[in-house]
Amino acid sequence: MSTLSIHRAGPALSVQDLGRSGTLRLGLSRGGAADRLALLEGAALLGQSTPCAAIEMAGMGGSFTADTPTRFALTGAAMRATLDGTPLTWNASHLLMPDAQLEIGPAIAGVYGYLCLASGIATPEILGSRSAHLGAGLGHALSAGDTLPFGPDTSPAAAPQRLSPEDRVSGGLIRVVEGPQTSLYSSETRARFAKTDFRRSTHGNRQGVRLDFDGEPFQATDQLGIVSDVIVPGDIQMTGDGIPFVLGPECQTIGGYPRIGAVIPQDLPKIAQSAPGTVLRFAFISHEEADALYQSESSQLRTLTANAEPMHRDPHDIADLLSYQLISGVTSGNELEEG
Amino acid sequence: MTKHSPDIAPLGADGLLVRFATTLDDAANRAVLAFAAALDTDPPEGVAEVSTALASVYVRFDQSKTTRAALTQALQSRLSAQDWRSLPEAAPARRWHIPAAFGGTLGPQLAEVAALLEMTEEKTVADLVAHPVRVLAIGFAPGQPYMGMLPERWDIPRQQEITASVPAGALVAAVRQLIIFTAEAPTGWRQIGQTAFRPYRPDADQPFPLLPGDVLQFAPVSAEEFDRITRSNNDGLGGARLEEAP
Repeated sequence: MSTLSIHRAGPALSVQDLGRSGTLRLGLSRGGAADRLALLEGAALLGQSTPCAAIEMAGMGGSFTADTPTRFALTGAAMRATLDGTPLTWNASHLLMPDAQLEIGPAIAGVYGYLCLASGIATPEILGSRSAHLGAGLGHALSAGDTLPFGPDTSPAAAPQRLSPEDRVSGGLIRVVEGPQTSLYSSETRARFAKTDFRRSTHGNRQGVRLDFDGEPFQATDQLGIVSDVIVPGDIQMTGDGIPFVLGPECQTIGGYPRIGAVIPQDLPKIAQSAPGTVLRFAFISHEEADALYQSESSQLRTLTANAEPMHRDPHDIADLLSYQLISGVTSGNELEEG
Repeated sequence: MTKHSPDIAPLGADGLLVRFATTLDDAANRAVLAFAAALDTDPPEGVAEVSTALASVYVRFDQSKTTRAALTQALQSRLSAQDWRSLPEAAPARRWHIPAAFGGTLGPQLAEVAALLEMTEEKTVADLVAHPVRVLAIGFAPGQPYMGMLPERWDIPRQQEITASVPAGALVAAVRQLIIFTAEAPTGWRQIGQTAFRPYRPDADQPFPLLPGDVLQFAPVSAEEFDRITRSNNDGLGGARLEEAP
């Protein structure tokens, strides 16, 4: 087994895959990557048939070396990254040679960046997933000195790929569907909710993010009398004092606070990648509309894989540009006419 | 108590919530566990995960295998096949006997609860011990049991103020229910006792010892006895004994 060594680590690095299924009734929420799309993008760039476990980096990266050549991909929140001092393109795959130093700095835009390896991080699975679930005491935050096993890259010479994802770090409109307690909010309250500019608060983590706003709190009818039921990532839960939280992958599994609605899965990456202060607005759509937007993650991966394109180096990044033969094959341009 | 026929509400983009009651009652919870067990045995097409809370069953579905409408119809027909709320109370398959120390530093709010019940502390503990509770749901945190229903007189409200922290194993009470905390946590419920039982043991072969439907019977022990149990608690069972129906 090959080894990835961590020499420096931001405060919130952890191994994440797509999380757990079937553990909800044990009180253990799904967990998994905060930005699931970023794992799908990593898989597309590296030619994986299903996403592998990767390193999730909240706000700040780290410094890494590998003992075996492996391709890697950088996805999600863009961070400053260099390989032996040379700047790296984000949303792209690259080759990491033994002892080359991969340095990933702070996020430039967004919150969660991902370091994906060609064959994935190969730590043991616990309850069907390699994801750390810190709230549940599964796994741990990565720190300097940690080493992680990874599967060997079977085609390290494969051409680097790149993707051009749509912006999901600038907030904007988030689509929500009604939930079991939406009707406890008056139509005036729901209308006000849909007109309010929310700001992603500084209070946020993998359990959920708080939203700040100006104006009255959002109160539901008889909200203290609600019998607790299942809560899931994406639910917009109001605390007792009427402040919304969008629940994240490590949310609790049962809750009694009312939920005004739920963010559709397609828009959850926008929530995850909103840095504090980012403005978010919500628009209710019907379940029929939401169902029509549905795309399985495997079909999303197929689309992303089809959209990945070989990366051509930007001439500005090529230090030894003058040594390249750029003008061979130049013609007068009218050979075809002259035949 | 709200008694109505179960309804089906959307929960999230890919889930449905089958609600047997909008307030907690024992019959609704029995219906929840029976209905979930029936879905486990014979899942409708496209069901990805079934989970239970106190009075409702959550059904997550795979949208590439079924539609919201088709699953709603399948659940509806399962619901109307029988009166889930009037199932006879089945004998519990599993009964736990769990030592607990009450009052003093190990149950700092026993006196408050006794005052709300208008009983002495001794009578309060005796009343609790005389009424074994069922695991109504596992949730909030991994392995953490909601247990009930205690007699009506135990319908005491949550506190106005949150207790900043109770230790793992704390036995807390509110609204006719008990919880054994799996980890140190803040709570609005009142701590009346302390167990050395760990409902969640991530490193054990069986990380989740409790199942919904299990009956828990608490056995009061002295602070000295509790201390002895704690010191030899390598298995995290805290002196608990499991009795399984043959």
